[in-house]
Amino acid sequence: MSFSGHALTCQRGGRLVFTGLDFAVGTGDALLLTGANGSGKSSLLRMMAGLLTPAEGNLRLDGNPVTDDPDNWRASLAFVGHHDPVKPVMTVRENLGFWASLAGSDRLDEALAAFGLEDLADTPGRFLSAGQRRRTNLARLLVSRARVWLLDEPSTALDRHATSRLETVMAAHRAAGGMIVASSHIPLELEQAARLTLGQTRRPERAG
Amino acid sequence: MNRLPALIRRDLALAFRERSDSLLVIAFFVIAALLFPFGVGSEPNLLARIGPGVILAVALLAALLSLDRLFQTDYEDGSLELLATGPVPLGLVVTAKIIAHWLTTGLPLMLAAPLLSLFFNLAPELLPALLLTMLLATPLLSLIGAIGAALTLGARRGGVLLSLLILPLYIPTLIFAAGALDAARLGLDIYPHLAILGAMLLTALPLCPLAATAGVRQALG
Repeated sequence: MSFSGHALTCQRGGRLVFTGLDFAVGTGDALLLTGANGSGKSSLLRMMAGLLTPAEGNLRLDGNPVTDDPDNWRASLAFVGHHDPVKPVMTVRENLGFWASLAGSDRLDEALAAFGLEDLADTPGRFLSAGQRRRTNLARLLVSRARVWLLDEPSTALDRHATSRLETVMAAHRAAGGMIVASSHIPLELEQAARLTLGQTRRPERAG
Repeated sequence: MNRLPALIRRDLALAFRERSDSLLVIAFFVIAALLFPFGVGSEPNLLARIGPGVILAVALLAALLSLDRLFQTDYEDGSLELLATGPVPLGLVVTAKIIAHWLTTGLPLMLAAPLLSLFFNLAPELLPALLLTMLLATPLLSLIGAIGAALTLGARRGGVLLSLLILPLYIPTLIFAAGALDAARLGLDIYPHLAILGAMLLTALPLCPLAATAGVRQALG
C-alpha cells in the first residue's frame, strides 16, 4: 500500500507555490511537512485531499493515479484542515455520528474515548471550547475508516495532554498500517517520520 | 445511495433546530404577499386577478432569501470541504442539500400558499391548481437557486450577487407557473403550462446539481 505524488506543481492566484515536488508514503509511514509560512504546506495537503488540482504532475494510490478511481481515493483519506466543523446545535455524539454514518463506521464510542470526549458526548457544539472542538474534529479520523490521514496543523488549540492523546492515536494508526501526512509548527512526536521541507522543492529525507 | 438519507436527515435536523431561519422565510412570504392588498386596494376582482402572480413572485423572493443557508454555513465552518473529501461523491452531497432545502423551504411555502389565497379572494376551486403548480415550481426554485448559491460561495456581498444571478433564471418558472394559475382562473386547460413546468423540472433535476457541484468545487479550490 502506498501513496505518492509525482512532479507536482501548484499555482495559486498566478503564483507558483511549488513545482516538481515528489513524495511517497508507504504502509505505516508518516511524512511531516515543514517550511515557512506560505511555503505551500496547506496547499500540498489540500492537493492531496483533492481540494486543489495539480497544475502538473499526479497523485497515486497503490501506484494508480487517484483520478482513475476517485471513489476509492475519497474513501481512503481523511482530512483535517484549519476549521473544526462542529455544528453548534448538535451534540458531540451527533456531530461524530454523522461522519460515522457516512463512513459506515461503528467506532463512535472508541473515537470518543480516544480523545477523552465521553463526558462531553451529549454537550451541544456551541458550548465547546476551541480545544474541545478540535478534539471532536480529530475524533472524526477514527470513525472515518480511512487509510491516509492528512493533517494540517492538527495540534492547534490542543493542550499537552490532548496532544499526547493525538500522538497515541497517530502511532496506533500507523501500527495498524495507516499512513499520515501532517504539517505542524508545534513539535509532534512522529517516530521515524520522513520530513519534506517546502520552499526548497526536493525529495523527502528520512528523519531520526 | 444509502448515504443520501443520512445527508438529508442531517440537514433536516439542523434546519429543525435552527427553525427560526425557516420560519422567517415563511413569515416573509406571508407578510410580503399581504402588502399587496394594502397597496393596490381591496377590490375583490382585482385581488383575484393579481393574486396568483403575487403569490408566486413572493414565493420566489422568499426562496431566494433562504438560499444562503444552502451551502454557506457548511462552507464557513469547514464542513463542506470535509464533505467534498469524504467517502460520498460531492454530487450526491449537493443533491441531498437541494432536497433538504426544498423540504424546509419549498414545501412549507407550498403549504402556506392556500392561506394567502384567502387574502386574495381566490376561488376554492383554484386550490388544487395552486398546490399542483407550486409542487412543480418550488423544486425548480431550489434546483436553480443551488447554482447561484454555489457560484457565490465565499464572494463578498454574495447575497446581492446571488439575486442578480438567479432572479433572471427564475423568470421562466414564474411565467409558466403564473400561466397555469391564470388558465385555471379562466377555466382553461392548465395541462400545457404544467407540462412545460414538468419538463423544466425534469431537465433541471440532473443538470442543476451538476452545475452546483462544479460551483462548490470551484469555491473550495
